[in-house]
Amino acid sequence: MTMTNILLAFLAGGAIASTVQIFIDKTNLTPARLLVFLVSFGVFLYAVGAYEPLFEIFGCGVSVPLIGFGATIARGVKEAIDSTGALGILTGGLTAGAAGITLSLMIGLGFSLAGHGKRRNIPKIRR
Amino acid sequence: MDIYTKQGKKRIISEHSPHSRLGLNMLKAFLFGGGICAFGEGLRGLFLSLGIKSDTSTLLVSMIIIVVAATVTFLGVFDNIARHAGAGTLVPISGFSNAVTSQAIDARSEGYVLGVGAKIFTICGPVILYGLASGVIYGIIYYLTGLFGW
Repeated sequence: MTMTNILLAFLAGGAIASTVQIFIDKTNLTPARLLVFLVSFGVFLYAVGAYEPLFEIFGCGVSVPLIGFGATIARGVKEAIDSTGALGILTGGLTAGAAGITLSLMIGLGFSLAGHGKRRNIPKIRR
Repeated sequence: MDIYTKQGKKRIISEHSPHSRLGLNMLKAFLFGGGICAFGEGLRGLFLSLGIKSDTSTLLVSMIIIVVAATVTFLGVFDNIARHAGAGTLVPISGFSNAVTSQAIDARSEGYVLGVGAKIFTICGPVILYGLASGVIYGIIYYLTGLFGW
């Protein structure tokens, strides 16, 4: 783990983000649709065997973008099938994604119980 | 007045649309998106050097970014950053976390069951649903190819 790893992660993460920025600016795809696309694309990358080699090179540059979440789901499915057979098709995805999903939801719930903070208006990621 | 002609309509629309600065937006998205990933990679290096397993380290990095993004959302700062960063904060897991937390906070006034409980899934629901659906399709293909020894 050196500065090279950090630089590679920076380049990969930046490249993915600026590619998605083109879609935001040039098409009328909403951020929600782009997030759905990224997750499914992550599953696809893992399925064709491209994700693991990319992760070896770029590390968090591919695992922190939502692609990584899709790849986590796909890996969970694969490992569950390897260990439990056909049932793994149903159990693998949620099991592998559980940490991220549950943590996000619990924090969201916690903050909404805590109050509205300094938020005043609905987010406007879209321009 | 040429607003009734096609050219006139086109001219008026282009005059009133905000100028798209694609190059600048892409650069900002690159810097923010890359910055978040580089921060994550630095953290992962730290975890690995502490002897934490690779899988766990990667997961911990995502979890920390989720917590930070949710906190920044709660403090009302996330929107100010996202206005500049665009896809830079949307694409990393921070966008997912922001979508969950901001929806949950904004839905408070509608109650905790059908307000927060339902609206918290407005953006993360589709992401989870189609992520799982893609996973199931992959699972079926993987299972069948294993079964028949292709």
